[in-house]
Amino acid sequence: MSQFYTVTDHFTIVPAIVLALFGCAVLLFDFWLFPSPRQRKGLLMFVVLAEAFTGWGLWRQQAWLASNGVSELTGFHGSVTVDGFGIFFNAIFVVAALIVAVVSYKYLEIAGEHHGEYYGLILFAQCGMYFLAAGTDLVTLFIGLELMALCFYVMVGFLRTDKRSNEAALKYLLLGAFSTGFLAYGFSVMYGIAGSTKLAAVSSAIAARPAWDPVVFLALATTSVGLLFKISAVPFHMWAPDAYEGAPTTVTAYLSVASKAASIAFLLRIFLGPLASARQVWEPLLSAVAVATLTLGNLAAINQTNIKRLLAYSSISHAGYMLLGLIAGNRTGINGIAVYVMVYTFMNLGAFLVVVALRRSNIIGEELDDIAGLMHKNPGYAVLMLIFLLSLAGIPPTAGFLGKYYIFLALIQTGHYTLAVIATLYVAVALYYYFKVVRSMFISEVTEKTPIASSVGLRLALGVSGLLTLAIGIYPEPFLRLALTSVVR
Amino acid sequence: MDQHLLSIILWTPAAGLLVLLFIPARRTDLIRLWANAAGLTGFLVSLPLLARFHSGAPGFQFTERADWIPSLGARYLIGIDGISLLLLMLTTLVGFLAILSSWKAVQDRVKEYYAMFLLLQTGMIGVFVSLDFFLFYIFWELVLIPMYFIIGVWGGPRKLYAAIKFFLYTLAGSVLMLLGILTLYFQYFNQFGYYTFEISDLMKLQLPLGMEQWVFWAFFLGFAIKVPMFPFHTWLPDAHVEAPTAGSVILASVLLKMGTYGFIRFSLPLLPQASLDRTIVQILAVLSIIGIIYGALVSLMQQDWKKLVAYSSVSHLGFCTLGIFALNPNGLAGSVIQQVNHGISTGMLFLIIGVVYERRHTRDIAEYGGLAHVMPKFAVIFAIAMLSSAGLPLLNGFIGEFTILQGAFEANRAWAGFAVTGVVFGAAYLLWLYQRTMLGEVTNEKNRRLPDLSFREMAVFVPLIAWAFWIGVYPKPYFDVLRTPVTEIVQRVRPHYFEDRSLAAAAQKPVFRGAGQ
Repeated sequence: MSQFYTVTDHFTIVPAIVLALFGCAVLLFDFWLFPSPRQRKGLLMFVVLAEAFTGWGLWRQQAWLASNGVSELTGFHGSVTVDGFGIFFNAIFVVAALIVAVVSYKYLEIAGEHHGEYYGLILFAQCGMYFLAAGTDLVTLFIGLELMALCFYVMVGFLRTDKRSNEAALKYLLLGAFSTGFLAYGFSVMYGIAGSTKLAAVSSAIAARPAWDPVVFLALATTSVGLLFKISAVPFHMWAPDAYEGAPTTVTAYLSVASKAASIAFLLRIFLGPLASARQVWEPLLSAVAVATLTLGNLAAINQTNIKRLLAYSSISHAGYMLLGLIAGNRTGINGIAVYVMVYTFMNLGAFLVVVALRRSNIIGEELDDIAGLMHKNPGYAVLMLIFLLSLAGIPPTAGFLGKYYIFLALIQTGHYTLAVIATLYVAVALYYYFKVVRSMFISEVTEKTPIASSVGLRLALGVSGLLTLAIGIYPEPFLRLALTSVVR
Repeated sequence: MDQHLLSIILWTPAAGLLVLLFIPARRTDLIRLWANAAGLTGFLVSLPLLARFHSGAPGFQFTERADWIPSLGARYLIGIDGISLLLLMLTTLVGFLAILSSWKAVQDRVKEYYAMFLLLQTGMIGVFVSLDFFLFYIFWELVLIPMYFIIGVWGGPRKLYAAIKFFLYTLAGSVLMLLGILTLYFQYFNQFGYYTFEISDLMKLQLPLGMEQWVFWAFFLGFAIKVPMFPFHTWLPDAHVEAPTAGSVILASVLLKMGTYGFIRFSLPLLPQASLDRTIVQILAVLSIIGIIYGALVSLMQQDWKKLVAYSSVSHLGFCTLGIFALNPNGLAGSVIQQVNHGISTGMLFLIIGVVYERRHTRDIAEYGGLAHVMPKFAVIFAIAMLSSAGLPLLNGFIGEFTILQGAFEANRAWAGFAVTGVVFGAAYLLWLYQRTMLGEVTNEKNRRLPDLSFREMAVFVPLIAWAFWIGVYPKPYFDVLRTPVTEIVQRVRPHYFEDRSLAAAAQKPVFRGAGQ
């Protein structure tokens, strides 16, 4: 082994290697072995295997940390860090990718756009996310972000014959590229300040300067634009409703959960790392952003009649709640974000999965009318959707309550009473639009008789998400331990 | 058995619900039978409490404690004192009667209907037995979901509006209350170094008055919206009018009591300084009195039978909150008894509306008249319910209102003076209602052939009427059960209250003197 590459280095990126190799394998096998559409089911097995190995890699990393009694392991001269934080987020990506892949099969079949590379893109995007959660170097992070974003640009436009999908992809691409430009600019300023791309070096260089240093501010402002765009915070949220609506619903689910979780991890790495010393500058800024995000997300959702758009605005508002955890900034707040991301993964995936089930061969199935009377057609799905929506609104005894609980507690602990009151009142607003969907499902009459689509994979995925959403709400102890022990920094 | 008795009571409806889910939806009669059996069992398992409860014992009884979420310090901790005992018995009985009363009224989506009622039952019982704030909050919110569906699915023409209004109002109050809870929780951690939601622990907190006041207002919003106190009452008439009969019964009899119970169980003992604060007490008393008079006056003007009873609830609950904030044993004990009374008498009034609505499908008072000739049994029962609500001696309402007025008089004579007008107006709108619907000649041909009460309908009313007479004629057991918890609360809020008078005299006999400061 040379001085540039050691076994430890290898060990830190095992999951990423697995994902990349399986991604390539999917592409090649799609080309050579499974040319006919009927055989593509085999590709799903690749994804499942890839996730199994990735999970195994993460588990090995966790075991290594535990057995050596250290909190982190760095590789590639500090470019990649294996720590509880990264492992926790990556575990979430594994779950999200697995669930999305499993339900995509039937959905793409119905949409008539079933192609092998879709599964490859899922894996490549997840590979990018790995580096977003585990990267501790500006360049590593940037490449991770771009890898993820590029895959999503393609996936959002995956329905080639659908105008909305194309439009969504183009919008997302243009705005995304623009925001990434800002981010790259911010990173270059950070590099200019520190003379190094390592986050640790950048942190100490920025800490050595006064908080209101104009150069630091420039770095802060431009980096924030890129980061806030990725988590779809106001005023950089405009892409989200269009992209969410136009993309295939399975991709929307993946985008809203995994991409958002990865971006939150990225944001935390930057704000709690290099920018931590400029807290007094960004705290008021982020507070304003968070309030604006909650306000716009919740108010704009009220009038939506398209479920995907409604969930898009709801997911904007959830970004606001997560930001509040960062604004509180104490241990409860950061832990709270981890808990929030965990519960958000299951409940939001679940909600989108129900929308996936509404897509039938000749019905797009995204309007509120399409879900009307779901209780009569398929009570199981309706009850699951109710659980997901209650959870999204944060009503106990569902998982979503726990996420909000931590955020509110963190705000109270740090004395942000006004923010706490605003955040709680938006729970009531959010409930109103979530219950528009509930009303449609349970009280409205059936307007559309076609039975909803269902497959073994979909039922399985929905069952798992629903069970976890309830289980985390009713007996959260093991799940909280998982989130809290891994993220305490 | 004793140590798990409360858990059995709490989870019996939920167990019934689980089994119900496995009954196919088309077997409606089996579903009805099962739901009624589950409701009856829920009531029967609560009966041993009466025999085993020790009236004089301090603190909580039948407590059960288990770790639940150690990371948060939340426990599964349940137990009851005299106050929760009465409300718990009210819940199990009225819950069962509400289920029984729905046999014919609900023909649509029967399985979901009963499922919602059983879920609601567990939620309500949970609210009254939780001694851990986190657990309490879970049950508190859990109640909203089935109630939303009961109003929204089986309700009247404006059911959607009423259901979501009910949900949003209560939720907005609840989440602000949550902030208050979290403040206490965090302050406790600051002072004692560990996190807990246990009520008896949180009572050890020493907070600055300013912070106590903020927390008090946060709790106030949660509880006052639920009660509802003026000016947060506007959801109530909508919810009541649109809800199906059994929904109205539960809403009036039990759900509203969750708010008053919250004041007694949490606001007073946890925030004694704020509860004694002159401004706060004045504001709450004035809001209660406005509620009493305003509710009564609005009731006088109603053309809709159900709306009339709904507004009368605002008035009666005003008495309950006034009794609480008189902050003396009479006021508090009277308030709890009046809560039970209101549950009995208003529950009956809503059931009565349900009976005529099932027959005529209108609640317009003008449509009726002279029903006493057609339905004599019904007329007797309605008369008893009406008089019980109006506070006629020998019936339950009198005991509650009288004791509350004693308490109010002791605290501030003016309060009692204003509140007593509410009693007069109360008699007025109720008697007038009775006159317009029951007495005189049968003016509307459609009313001429209405069938009188069936056996099942009688079965619904008889227990409530018996209970009303019991409280009215022999209220001593109730005061006995309440004396210890009420004394504890008054002692907690006003440590000097009992110093200049003997404990027993203060709790038993009315003290016709000014506020005991």
